[in-house]
Amino acid sequence: MTEPNSFLEVRDLRTHFPTDDGLVKSVDGLSFSLDRGKTLGIVGESGSGKSVTSLSIMGLHKGGSARISGEVLLDGQDLVSSSAEEVRLLRGKRMAMIFQDPLSAMHPYYTVGHQIIEAYRVHNKVTKAVAKKHAIEMLDRVGIPQPDKRVDAYPHQFSGGMRQRAMIAMALSCDPDLLIADEPTTALDVTVQAQILDLIRDLQREFNSAVIIITHDLGVVAELADDIQVMYAGRAIEYGTAEDIFDRPQHPYTWGLLGSMPRIDRERTERLIPIKGTPPSLINVPSGCAFNPRCNYASLNEGASETERPELLDIGAGHKVACHLSPGQRQKIWETDIKPKL
Amino acid sequence: MPDTVITYIIRRLVAAIGLLVIVSAVTFSIFYLVPRWAGATPETLATRYVGRAATEDTVKLTAERLGLYDPIAVQYWNWAKGVVVGAEYDYGAGVERCPAPCLGYSFITKQPVWPELLDRIPVTLSLAAGASVLWLALGVAIGVLSALRRGSIFDRAAMTVALAGVSLPIFFTGLISLAFFSYQLGWTVPGGTFVKITDNPIKWAQALTLPWITLAFLFSAQYARLTRAGMLETMNEDFIRTARAKGLPERTVVVQHGLRGALTPIVTIFGLDVGLLLGGAVLTEKTFSLPGLGKYAVDGIVANDLPKILGVTLVAAVFIVLANLIVDLLYAVVDPRVRAK
Repeated sequence: MTEPNSFLEVRDLRTHFPTDDGLVKSVDGLSFSLDRGKTLGIVGESGSGKSVTSLSIMGLHKGGSARISGEVLLDGQDLVSSSAEEVRLLRGKRMAMIFQDPLSAMHPYYTVGHQIIEAYRVHNKVTKAVAKKHAIEMLDRVGIPQPDKRVDAYPHQFSGGMRQRAMIAMALSCDPDLLIADEPTTALDVTVQAQILDLIRDLQREFNSAVIIITHDLGVVAELADDIQVMYAGRAIEYGTAEDIFDRPQHPYTWGLLGSMPRIDRERTERLIPIKGTPPSLINVPSGCAFNPRCNYASLNEGASETERPELLDIGAGHKVACHLSPGQRQKIWETDIKPKL
Repeated sequence: MPDTVITYIIRRLVAAIGLLVIVSAVTFSIFYLVPRWAGATPETLATRYVGRAATEDTVKLTAERLGLYDPIAVQYWNWAKGVVVGAEYDYGAGVERCPAPCLGYSFITKQPVWPELLDRIPVTLSLAAGASVLWLALGVAIGVLSALRRGSIFDRAAMTVALAGVSLPIFFTGLISLAFFSYQLGWTVPGGTFVKITDNPIKWAQALTLPWITLAFLFSAQYARLTRAGMLETMNEDFIRTARAKGLPERTVVVQHGLRGALTPIVTIFGLDVGLLLGGAVLTEKTFSLPGLGKYAVDGIVANDLPKILGVTLVAAVFIVLANLIVDLLYAVVDPRVRAK
């Protein structure tokens, strides 16, 4: 076992769910690392394993039917082999999470203040009055006006953007080192999305925490992420800095994601380029490259994609890709076929 | 805020009185019209008070004095007036004063109905109070455990017993338990020994233990199933995941977040069930010979004793209307989203 050199190290993480229809391999061999103060974007379609990854890191699949293997090292401590109780004590304190829909993610019967106080008091032995003062401070910090009044309001009395701010206040109440944001802006109005992303970025600088942003929206990661991991069928198929992914993408699936992203600078007459087909079932992942059935270029490598699963290989300076195409082929397709259409 | 709550309660109480007028008018019509359709005349009704041996003149005079020749609307008005301000009956030899709320006199015992009801309300109240506490605690606890250990042996056993509990009628489980616990084992004294709680709390509880358990068995089965379904749904909600993500202990997650979320429908049904039960737990009271409202109603129905039936119906309606009001108020306590509306 090598010594961890990053704050968060995920090594060969696998989360499988036994079902009546077979073993669902939601996450199947994922490795990445993340430092304090850095933001990692995890991108992929629905069912690519993004959310399961985050819930596995948080230990929220522990005790259920999931089979989890591999290592999740948070500041050197392996969360996979730790007991459920040990991980619970870290949850909310050292690692926190915000969710997609802040309305359903907050308890409708408790005030916003109560829910923040509760989060703070699990991990800090303070009186209710002290915790309430802290909750008001947190609400103020995330930009909620009149926090001393709003602290006693219920979630349904908040607007969508305010609720997500309150969720962020709740997540950050114990000053966590790792913040996981699972589709934090998907349920929000476009005008509010940018505010929430700005807020996450500002707070990250202030708290110097590591942030994982999970999204299907490349626009969001373009805004925030230092590094980006593209997931497909439970595995990472490309990993690199934001510049790598947006300026020099290497995987046909990443090209597809970029091609299907609406852009303001594109001519309206040009059509978006959807990725053909649908994501594979996670029970019967195609042998060979999981993306093979949907790939426009699989025929270029003499059938290797059908039989052999491509490894995630470093192609220079930490930019990794799992694809059987040769660097030369990829370079040519990108320059002639993809880039001009974006 | 408290001001709006008070106006709300007053508005609801006014509406409740309107509802009681309708309920009593309909009941009155049914029980005073149907006998006439079946061929009863004012004279035959009057015969029920004076007895068959009376002369024809006496019968006619009595029918007159009781207002049995009046149109139904006038009769209802007099009856309703009696409920509100009391009534006076002139029976020739003197004037009988029936203080408010006057619900008339029983055909059979010739006693005023209201004091008889007052005697029976504590019995039904005791039965409902004990049984409801028992079934709520038992049903909710079993439901929560079943939901948390879904598919386990405990869950399957509990749900099988619950199915039996829902399906078996009181007169079956009641008689079986009487036969076993009272007659076979002699743990409790069988039937008809109701003692007021103010007289002797221990004897009170002893006499009611078996009815409580029998009634609670039926209801807790239903509540266990309800709680289980509610918990299964609530524990899948996003806010449960949030509660776990905060690092709350599982106990807090289950009780304060899960059960709290699943409680609303249970509170609703609980209020209505208790209201319904207060109008008379007919089968339980009959099975265990408890002199409560339910048994009183059955006795009234069997004997065609119209004033009794009318009185019990009115009292039962009052309980149900009040239970409804309390449920609606509790709803606002349980679910803050209701308060805004």
